[in-house]
Amino acid sequence: MDGVHDLGGMQGFGRVEREKDEPVFHAPWEAEVLAMMRAGGGRGVYNLDEFRHAIERMRPAEYLAATYYEKWLAGITRLFVEKGLVTDKELEARIAFFDARPDAPVTAPLTGSIPTARVSFNPGWTQEVVRETGAQPRFAPGDAVITRNIHPRGHTRLPRYARGKRGVIHRLHGVHVFPDAHAHGLGEQAQPLYSVRFDARELWGEDAEPHQAVHIDLWESYLEPGR
Amino acid sequence: MGKNHPNVDPYIVSRVRALESLLLEKGILAPDAVDRVVQRYESDTGPMVGARAVARAWTNPVYKRILLEDTRTALAEFGLDYNMLLVTENTPAIHNLVVCTLCSCYPWPVLGLPPTWYKMPAYRARAVSEPRAILKEFGVDVPAEREVRVWDSSAELRYMVLPERPAGTERLGEAELVPLITRDALIGVAHVQPPSPPRSTSP
Repeated sequence: MDGVHDLGGMQGFGRVEREKDEPVFHAPWEAEVLAMMRAGGGRGVYNLDEFRHAIERMRPAEYLAATYYEKWLAGITRLFVEKGLVTDKELEARIAFFDARPDAPVTAPLTGSIPTARVSFNPGWTQEVVRETGAQPRFAPGDAVITRNIHPRGHTRLPRYARGKRGVIHRLHGVHVFPDAHAHGLGEQAQPLYSVRFDARELWGEDAEPHQAVHIDLWESYLEPGR
Repeated sequence: MGKNHPNVDPYIVSRVRALESLLLEKGILAPDAVDRVVQRYESDTGPMVGARAVARAWTNPVYKRILLEDTRTALAEFGLDYNMLLVTENTPAIHNLVVCTLCSCYPWPVLGLPPTWYKMPAYRARAVSEPRAILKEFGVDVPAEREVRVWDSSAELRYMVLPERPAGTERLGEAELVPLITRDALIGVAHVQPPSPPRSTSP
């Protein structure tokens, strides 16, 4: 989707602000959000592409104002509700509980014992995305390509700044799960993935900085033969 | 734009705890999950695998070739099984820089959690269109004749820069080099600095 998350090349954000001696977590709740995100993923409630797309669906002004873990919280809350594991009503009641008792421990509203999680927790949850489908790649390193000018309503990993642009295949990465399908319950639709090299002048015209290139990892269906 | 400092806003904390209590109740979140996350990312703070791999590559040409061409095998020497990392080498002709414009993809297993600036709109927006300007803000001047090569991490592959070994470190061994190698150098926004000379006690 042409959302505000697709930031490449946008202007007006000012300098890159760095924080001296930044802590790993700025508040305990950030680690709690990270643990919940991993738990939902590890249990198969959602995949990473659905997770990214859930964040992309935040309202643009909220997206830009949110911190990283606030975005994660918005994304997983949406997914747990959409997947039917948690209802809006349950959430509202619990939010009211903690609004009224901000110092209560997280287990305070629970009655009875805490069930053992059905899947052991893996704090480093990732997903394996390389597939051996035997698909023959359409392009080879050195081939000229042009990216398609697409504007799908759903998830895509073809950044807006690189659509309709001429590039050169730098290398083949193998066959990878296709996020544009995988984020929408349409299966894996794995296809060849390439590192594609773009000259900065192709992307930014005469405003490009000197002697610059961008390499982007792009799936085969984003690409047409170039000349 | 965007808050740089995550907050302890009670509005957020109530929402976190509400969801957390429901996931505990439904058996989705293990009771020890939060402690394990904190343990993994806050307490297990040995030298980053990325820094150790770079130090070994600087001191061992065979290892360097493996790190660049068969990264998974190279990382296995540090007990890490990670098949999605690509390492890209800075050379006299090329300076590399890593970003994720669409979200905040970052090689957690080798570099730890990303710094906030890496995840903020300013870096994600500008790294692909004005990397030299960003590098200048970070104190890195790349001569015009040297290519700035930006890697936009749009798939599940992750990138790490193999920075230049600084002059004046020829006599240092692998273990002495590791602490010089910063996270920022492995993202591509800093040069590795030689160790500062011992402070003189007399003027």
